[in-house]
Amino acid sequence: MSQVLSAHDLARHYQVSRGPFADPATVKALDGVSFTLETGRTLAVVGESGCGKSTLARLVTMIEPPTAGSLAIAGEEIVGASAATMRALRPRVQIVFQNPYNSLNPRQKIGKALEEPLLVNTTLPAAARTEKARAMMAAVGLRPEHYDRYPHMFSGGQRQRIAIARALMLDPQILVLDEPVSALDISIQAQVLNLLADLQHQHNLAYLFISHDLSVVRHIADEVMVMYLGRTVEKAPRDVLFNAPQHPYTQALLSATPRPDPEKKRQRIVLKGELPSPLNPPSGCTFHPRCPLAFDTCRVLSPSLLSHAGAQVSCHAVNPPDVAGSAA
Amino acid sequence: MALLDIHNLTVEFSTGSGAFRAVDGVSFTVDHHEVLAIVGESGSGKSVSMLALMGLLPWTAKITADRLEFDGKNLLTMGPKERRRIVGKDLAMIFQEPMSSLNPCFTVGYQLTEALKTHMDMSKAQRRARAIELLEQVGIPGAESRLTSFPHQLSGGMNQRVMIAMAIACHPKLLIADEPTTALDVTIQAQILELLLKIQKDTGMGLVLITHSMGVVAETAERVSVQYAGQKVEEQKVGPLFAAPRHPYTAALLSALPERATMKKLPSIPGVVPGQFDRPQGCLFSPRCVFATDLCRTTPPPLKEGALCHYPLLNGRPQGHPGKEAAA
Repeated sequence: MSQVLSAHDLARHYQVSRGPFADPATVKALDGVSFTLETGRTLAVVGESGCGKSTLARLVTMIEPPTAGSLAIAGEEIVGASAATMRALRPRVQIVFQNPYNSLNPRQKIGKALEEPLLVNTTLPAAARTEKARAMMAAVGLRPEHYDRYPHMFSGGQRQRIAIARALMLDPQILVLDEPVSALDISIQAQVLNLLADLQHQHNLAYLFISHDLSVVRHIADEVMVMYLGRTVEKAPRDVLFNAPQHPYTQALLSATPRPDPEKKRQRIVLKGELPSPLNPPSGCTFHPRCPLAFDTCRVLSPSLLSHAGAQVSCHAVNPPDVAGSAA
Repeated sequence: MALLDIHNLTVEFSTGSGAFRAVDGVSFTVDHHEVLAIVGESGSGKSVSMLALMGLLPWTAKITADRLEFDGKNLLTMGPKERRRIVGKDLAMIFQEPMSSLNPCFTVGYQLTEALKTHMDMSKAQRRARAIELLEQVGIPGAESRLTSFPHQLSGGMNQRVMIAMAIACHPKLLIADEPTTALDVTIQAQILELLLKIQKDTGMGLVLITHSMGVVAETAERVSVQYAGQKVEEQKVGPLFAAPRHPYTAALLSALPERATMKKLPSIPGVVPGQFDRPQGCLFSPRCVFATDLCRTTPPPLKEGALCHYPLLNGRPQGHPGKEAAA
């Protein structure tokens, strides 16, 4: 197993205008996130809307440069890299988007859509491109006659298969999956999850799986990173996180997820309020206004991500500040 | 007598390529103080049957039923004027996308008092007081100042609370919630579900919850109706439904949930929901069913032991099934 992706203190800030007379504000969409990803493994990124999951996907796929921190893909640093290096690295990271209805060109036949990455990035002749596209269609469970069809002739699940096939055309090492099953029905969702598991096994792919659905994450992930307002609040191997969540936000998120078992009526932790505006994040720990455990330190001091009981947790209640001070 | 009594409801849409049957002989009843969940995948006709009840379908829809009664009144023979007196007052509905079901041009206060103006004999000051009371009831902080807010100034969760406030404004006897939490984050979903159930308990109204999430069903409903391709395939109390589903579709749907998976490979349902042109002759689920026999493929199934199936399941075994050889 080798490390294909490593991010250190990755940040992405946006300047937003607040009108002609006000100073522009800074939105910290992603604020100091670190992780590594190995081949054949799945890192799941979990959080509510506005937590910076999709910004992370945009950075990893090199759609946008990070404002700070470092990001290495297959051992090569991309911050400050030359255009030629970037071009060589781009085929190694591919992305599958949430909504396959919007991510396919309605006027392009499926076969051509699959061949386009090869046309742009390789010098393969047309016959070889067609052959490769047909092979990939078979690999994701599409029939040969689908080659000449348009996206509207497919169901949602089939379209997501097409999107996955297109992402795999360049033999990437990393696949970023941005909510790949949340637009699909349950019976179709299971088919696509099985396909993803098979493909990962065959091609030894590293998955960065972005989702808000904890039950899907529990099924597919090896490691889970929980994000809140652009920061990592907890990062742990799957079983550790699901069996013993430590951060109060993780606990709330887990207990808020409805479980399909009417016998187990649980005491649900219902969080008060909503995600604060990222334009004006709370002081100290950004979670403290909604946190059931918050005390004085939380309101002033921002916690750092520290190891505790097999996980990395960013919480003063889990890692008391004085201990944290001596550890750091 | 039941609050809502639907018997053999069929909705057909006339399309350019012939009639399309979206709802096919659906029957159910809802009582006061009761929570009924209608669950199914997209295209199962769960929303259309409720829209038919509300009289919100376009003129292309042909609605037929043996009985369509609400609170002792026959909705089939009712004129539009009379229907308008009931809809929005005794019979209210909440939709999936709060952002698109509120009018962006009017303030929350205006939209909230509109229903009161139409149905209740109240003065302007009374309506305003009632609107503030309603916003407080659904847990919106600073209710008075929110009356002058526009929908775009509120978050998705807040807008859904406004929708709920509008729906319960005239003390409805029956509230239909069509995927009320699908567009929301899990922590907000937990808040909204809690709120709906609390209101339902406090006011004693009937609640019909349309959803595709088995988790939401398990945690909220008392009775569940499962729909597939426009037909009701099964109805049971929530406990027995999850413990011992009678219809093979329900059983397959439950085992496709990642939460209930026992191994890495999910038991998925092959194929897709039939559309307008590939509607099977016999049982609509037969092309995807593991137990399907020639009888299933040719003859529409009878209603046996609460399930629309030739061989309803008992402890996971199809009753009266000729065996695997005949199935193949």
